[in-house]
Amino acid sequence: MPELKKAAAPFVFFSRLNLPELTGLKAATLFQLLDLLKKVPGSCIYHHTHSFLQQHDAFVSEPLNDFAYWVSFVLGDAMLGEKLAGIDTVQFSSVHQIREAIVSVIEAHLKESPLARLRFSGEGEEFHFVKSVSFIYPINRQAYTLAEFLEILKLVSVDCIYFHFIEAKLRLEHNDNDFSSWIRFSLGDSETAEKISRLDPYTQSLEGLKNSIVSILRERIS
Amino acid sequence: MSELKDYVPVVGQAVVDDLRLLAERLRGKRVQHINSTAVGGGVAEILSRMVPLLKEIGVDTRWDVIKGGEQFFEVTKKFHNALHGRPEEISSADFEIFRENGRKNAREMDTGSDIVFIHDPQPIMLVEKKSGNKWIWRCHIDVSNPSRRVWDFLMDFIPRYDSAVFSAPSFSRRLPLRQFLISPSIDPLSDKNRELPEETINQVLDKYAIPRNKPIITQISRFDRLKDPLGVIEAYRLVRKHKDCRLVLAGGTASDDPEGLAVLEEVKEMARDDPDIHILLMKQNDIEINALQRGSTVILQKSLKEGFGLTVTEALWKGKPVVASGVGGIPLQIKHRYSGLLCHSVDGAAFALKQLLGNPDYAAELGANGRQHVRNNFLLTTHLRNYLLLFLSLYNNGDIVRI
Repeated sequence: MPELKKAAAPFVFFSRLNLPELTGLKAATLFQLLDLLKKVPGSCIYHHTHSFLQQHDAFVSEPLNDFAYWVSFVLGDAMLGEKLAGIDTVQFSSVHQIREAIVSVIEAHLKESPLARLRFSGEGEEFHFVKSVSFIYPINRQAYTLAEFLEILKLVSVDCIYFHFIEAKLRLEHNDNDFSSWIRFSLGDSETAEKISRLDPYTQSLEGLKNSIVSILRERIS
Repeated sequence: MSELKDYVPVVGQAVVDDLRLLAERLRGKRVQHINSTAVGGGVAEILSRMVPLLKEIGVDTRWDVIKGGEQFFEVTKKFHNALHGRPEEISSADFEIFRENGRKNAREMDTGSDIVFIHDPQPIMLVEKKSGNKWIWRCHIDVSNPSRRVWDFLMDFIPRYDSAVFSAPSFSRRLPLRQFLISPSIDPLSDKNRELPEETINQVLDKYAIPRNKPIITQISRFDRLKDPLGVIEAYRLVRKHKDCRLVLAGGTASDDPEGLAVLEEVKEMARDDPDIHILLMKQNDIEINALQRGSTVILQKSLKEGFGLTVTEALWKGKPVVASGVGGIPLQIKHRYSGLLCHSVDGAAFALKQLLGNPDYAAELGANGRQHVRNNFLLTTHLRNYLLLFLSLYNNGDIVRI
């Protein structure tokens, strides 16, 4: 049974904290937003598509990512806001891919809706680009078996879940979330790994995501 | 004074553990905060709570205050207003008074700590003493639309710092140094924010003769034109056409501030003899402010200009539905229709107030979201954590830092 298998290399748990860094760059129109979206560091794209997950981690009814929020509530373009909110971020394995998806949604919208280019924000309501600086650190816990992994997972903070499930995949470009990778390659349990990979962290709270992973592991072990 | 363990029931053990872990990474570093006043004002209030906590987790921290005479502080008040975009007559002599005072403090103050953390413009010139150590300039005020002359003067010093810190993205601009976004915070254990028994709330409302027989809209702020108290009364009158309610305008004004007293008179004149408008000129009393906020149905903050807007933070922390102008740091705290309602005019404020008074369930949901948002982002422990990360960033470049 995979849960009895002892991995040769343990899963080492990390966590991360984030500090927002200001760029001084701002946009008042969709064209300016688009122009800067193509130029700003990936850390900006990452910040504006993920900071809402961390700021509102206790809710089921998540607000939109920063681009969708600004376009909807400041520019008043509900259709584009909806399109930006609907980008399926979970399918991407790098920030670069997210940037391309956002740019292409806005470019297509500008072609289809010429009036969109006339929209602008009020003074003081511009979109300000912010970068995300991540501080990553080990939390001195490691697991060799699925049972050990589950016990530790139940105890760790949502920051730890966030790091391994989202940040490591996108910013460190680990291809899949760290949990699934370890379960698949070190324990040889592709089925459980796949179930965890399919979870969507963008439509539930981090606490909810943690509970979902715990449930999958419990079911597997029992 | 509260200890770190007292915050565990509020923020959780993991948050406190993070603080201790970060402090370990800073072992051996000496940190020195410098501002212009030991008491009064938001900066001193935060430092008085922050510094003991930094010491408790093992960060060698001291707090020094620069000296300055009456002339110097008159100039810095002009600077403050000008940086907020208000017209001010500032002479060459004023700039020289600022420079001379800066030089005097530089001669007298030891700034040899590993990290020197300068708060606001008053002590900004001390950076001329920088020698091999790390310097941070923390700007607490709204500089989104500053007087060009004063900002250019400050730019003689700002680039010499290693990092700058602002309270809202709209306060930042292109600068030749790293700049970070760190919000101020409230202390959930302070008298202004701690839980209060219903009995205390009732006593305070009774003291000020505010019956609870109809919904209460409250704005807490000093009597200042930038807080738009006349606009608040206009909005209340629009609401009153359809919803019976009371308005409480509560705050202080310095006795030596002629403009504050003039604004108070204008407010009284506009309120005339409406028995449902309660204008409270209060001395500093944190428990009473706490009680007024908790006893209110909706909190309003209709500022025309705002730094961060800690009165909004306080209201959200108490789970109150809030209507506030989308200025300064308020949009960081209120996501429209999620953790409160943003407005941009008297009519907008009135419409939002009517929505909340007419839909108590919706109002309660916004209030609950707002409280959680403050818990995650704007409590003293988060502020402390961000300062520790800021200190670590001084020794680590890059967007991903392994510590």
